[in-house]
Amino acid sequence: MKLKDIERILEAEVIVGKELLAKEVKMVCGCDLMSDVLSFAKSESLLLTGLTNPQVVRTAEMADLQAICFVRGKKPEQETIDMAEDKDIPLLVTPIPMFESCGRLYQAGLPGCSEYKK
Amino acid sequence: MNSDSRITKVQELVYEIRVRDVMKDDVVTVSPQTPMSKLQDILREKRISGAPVVDQDGLAGIISIDDFIRWLAEREEDCPISEKMTSDVQTLYADEPLIHAVNKFEQYGFGRFAVIDRQDKRLRGIITKGDIIEGLLKKLEIDYHKEETQNERIQRFFEDIYADRIALFFQYNVAGQDFKRAGESSSRLKATLGRLGLHPQVIRRVAIATYEAEMNLIIYADGGRIRVRVEPHQILVKVEDSGPGIPDIEKALQPGYSTAPDWVRELGFGAGMGLNNISNCADRMNLRSTVGKGTHLSIYISVENGAKSETN
Repeated sequence: MKLKDIERILEAEVIVGKELLAKEVKMVCGCDLMSDVLSFAKSESLLLTGLTNPQVVRTAEMADLQAICFVRGKKPEQETIDMAEDKDIPLLVTPIPMFESCGRLYQAGLPGCSEYKK
Repeated sequence: MNSDSRITKVQELVYEIRVRDVMKDDVVTVSPQTPMSKLQDILREKRISGAPVVDQDGLAGIISIDDFIRWLAEREEDCPISEKMTSDVQTLYADEPLIHAVNKFEQYGFGRFAVIDRQDKRLRGIITKGDIIEGLLKKLEIDYHKEETQNERIQRFFEDIYADRIALFFQYNVAGQDFKRAGESSSRLKATLGRLGLHPQVIRRVAIATYEAEMNLIIYADGGRIRVRVEPHQILVKVEDSGPGIPDIEKALQPGYSTAPDWVRELGFGAGMGLNNISNCADRMNLRSTVGKGTHLSIYISVENGAKSETN
């Protein structure tokens, strides 16, 4: 699924990476614990999270994640935005809470990281 | 790369590339008052088959060699271009993705489209099917070149060196309590390994392990240093600090065991998964610690195995 489909499904605002919406997302990881993201999120994942600090972008960078979407309308701080721009990692903000966001994407056919098969 | 993925690449590119990236911006324009009899010379001199007609208000129309031939065939008297041009011009915006241009060429069957600015509607350039093909080929060539040069660069580099043992060494100094810059060393290491052309999965494992170790240096040890040794078969990441040390290593290695303060947990770390993650990324890990003296962590990641196995 393309990032621009996710933008539509989650009624999201794109904060960083308007030109990167053709990026392909294969699965989703919904998580606020970055150590868990580092341990089970696969590359080519979208990260849904409620945390907005720069370490979230660092985590995405290290784990080769495709994009980050902040749930429940949380706007990231400027440092987070700057780092994402620097690393070309798209940032989205959806007004929808975590559980519903996961549900909508799952319903649209995106698998979780543990069930994704190549 | 097989043919299927190449097609996908082109499909991807027509969405990624903008009209302005491939259009010609040094456009030859004519004025509406230019007589038709002059058009032939202009087209021949500039080796073009059509031109936008521009007056002081911007784009007024478009005139092509077809219009000229029709005018010749009808043996009419000379007249200004404005009488023979197409004035209901189909245009493209400079910031539109290339796919819109491809669709418009298909839909209208025209040879060229004028490209205008979305804001001020001024003429920015002109685009033909040839420009689209040329733009796509150039982009594919650049990507292909990048891929070629990236691939296995380090392996070739090592092959060119005659020695019984070869290693590259990098050191990163990590400041303690500096949460703003946490992860910077791992980020620099990751970029460096990328330039060396190592396999992405190997780089990912090294990056994740180093990042967790770097966070530990910042959270628990008031900083330290990361030393990395890259050899043809293996990468060793040595993380050392002179911090308080770990009283019970066995406990520290248990998933979920943590002594992290709340402020660390609020940042999404400190859940007692760090050493566990490092160990999952590593082929071999060695942790030594003395209370009051500091901690030494060695992470070994095999280059050969790394390419084949995904940790997660």
